[in-house]
Amino acid sequence: MASASAPARGRAPARDVAGLGVGRAFGFVAPAFLLIGAFLIFPAVWTIYIGITNYRLTGVEAVSPSIVGLSNYTKALNDALFHNALWLTLVFVLGSAIIGQNILGFTLAWILRRTRPAVRRTVEAFTLLAWILPSTVVAYLWVAFYDRDGGTLNSLLGTQGTAWLIDYPMACLVVFNTWRGTAFSMMLYSSALQAVPPSQLESARMVGASGWQTLRDVVFPHIRGHVLTNTLLISLWTANDFSPFLLTKGGPNHESETVPVYIYNVALQGGELGYSSAISFLLLIANLLVSLVYLRLLRRRS
Amino acid sequence: MTRRSLPTTPAFVLRRIGFYVLICAITLFFAVPMLWIASAPFDASPGLGVHWPDWTLENFRKTFEHPYAMHSMVNSLLICVTTALAVTAFAALASYALSRVRVPGRDALLYGLLLLSSVVTGTAAMVPIFVMMFQLGLIDSRFGVALVMTGGLLPAAIFILKDFVDAVPKSYEESARVFGASTGQILRDVVLPVARPGLATIMVWAFVNSWGNFLVPFLLLRSIDKQPGAVLMQTLTDEGGSVNLQVLPVFSLLFSIPVVVLYLLVNSRYGFRFHGGIKS
Repeated sequence: MASASAPARGRAPARDVAGLGVGRAFGFVAPAFLLIGAFLIFPAVWTIYIGITNYRLTGVEAVSPSIVGLSNYTKALNDALFHNALWLTLVFVLGSAIIGQNILGFTLAWILRRTRPAVRRTVEAFTLLAWILPSTVVAYLWVAFYDRDGGTLNSLLGTQGTAWLIDYPMACLVVFNTWRGTAFSMMLYSSALQAVPPSQLESARMVGASGWQTLRDVVFPHIRGHVLTNTLLISLWTANDFSPFLLTKGGPNHESETVPVYIYNVALQGGELGYSSAISFLLLIANLLVSLVYLRLLRRRS
Repeated sequence: MTRRSLPTTPAFVLRRIGFYVLICAITLFFAVPMLWIASAPFDASPGLGVHWPDWTLENFRKTFEHPYAMHSMVNSLLICVTTALAVTAFAALASYALSRVRVPGRDALLYGLLLLSSVVTGTAAMVPIFVMMFQLGLIDSRFGVALVMTGGLLPAAIFILKDFVDAVPKSYEESARVFGASTGQILRDVVLPVARPGLATIMVWAFVNSWGNFLVPFLLLRSIDKQPGAVLMQTLTDEGGSVNLQVLPVFSLLFSIPVVVLYLLVNSRYGFRFHGGIKS
């Protein structure tokens, strides 16, 4: 996902400076669009079809599917495990993205704004490292951190014998994902805060405004758009994140089975490709709605 | 930062202390979990809580001797280099044409690309992609994995690259054309050298994104000797036993090096920061 601005409207396209010609230009875009069509657009559209069939995977043989109408969707309506997955995804997004990454990211951007460069670079280096390490590595370093017998957390807190991932799976996931994603919000808010005129901050200080008042009345109006778009974007990523699978596989007893993990378990463990496609399609629709709002806000800002 | 004469009221001193306590707390929150990746690979008895490591290189020997560990790095390299090259080549061609030629419906197309890259995530498309590859007979093929990843990364890549190409002055190409250079020559001798930073950025971005991708190879690859590093780590933990306690930390460390090195390289040369990838 590029954090680029939405395409500018109304700008006349360039003249054909290299003498490509429209025909050859199509040749240039063809390979990219063939791949995008085959591996993004086609699967997305095909989900609709698989979702209205009873396609099943049994062992190595796929049973030829037949159309069952909307029964997969009515099944989802009454499926307690699916409701559970929706609820857990909401907890995951609210806890780790909207609250965790957002607030921690903003706090970091705000307090590092005027600290010594050495301090700022050190703190930024650690947050960025958490952001760029491969997700599987990060997942296992947290598994080791939470571990019952040799985990760093139990050593630090003196709570020997606590199996964190089994006793408090969602809390573990929220902390893990906050840790992993904060850097993005921090960098975004760092650049957003540069748009706040120093003169306004200065005058707020002169009239003796408290820190909270300054934040609310001087800073926030300048970065409102950034807060909104950032929140939408990181929520979208978090709702689609598969890494909970790496820490808990959705367990114990479905207690951390977010929608992505549920889709996987229904499809690949249970073999119910039709039903899991119906849920995938619902996720696609949700992604589409969030993305449309996000792009609209982005355009309005630029 | 300008040095002002600072007031030293008790309230101010307290605020200062609080401020530094907060910074230290946040830094610790980010640093402490990383202790494992820094110390466990060199520790003779990992998994015994926080202690000064009992320095050894035994774990490295075990990792190099492991039948699949280093082999999976080769798989990762194969898959990710293929993906990075394909993404860069196809995105370069497409973004150049979109930037320079009046292709009908161009703006709608770019908008659609941006939508696609955020809507069709790996998770949302995992079932249809699995079924599709299953029916194409591309399950358990590293090439198939690279294809799927390339398709997934292309929209964002075209979008980012187009910004780079738009920034290349068109007068260069125009004057080359006036002097009678062919399109091929213009691309090779005029556009490519100027767009090199953008291409390098996209290549690294695609490589890093596919290097960390777990879901696609996990779905599509069955045999352990074809698994890239990201999936092998899962296999090592599922096995259990003492082997992985020695191998997993070392493997994590080695597996992280390419990503960190590439990031530092690009950052120092172009001062570029990663946009979020299509994280799946």
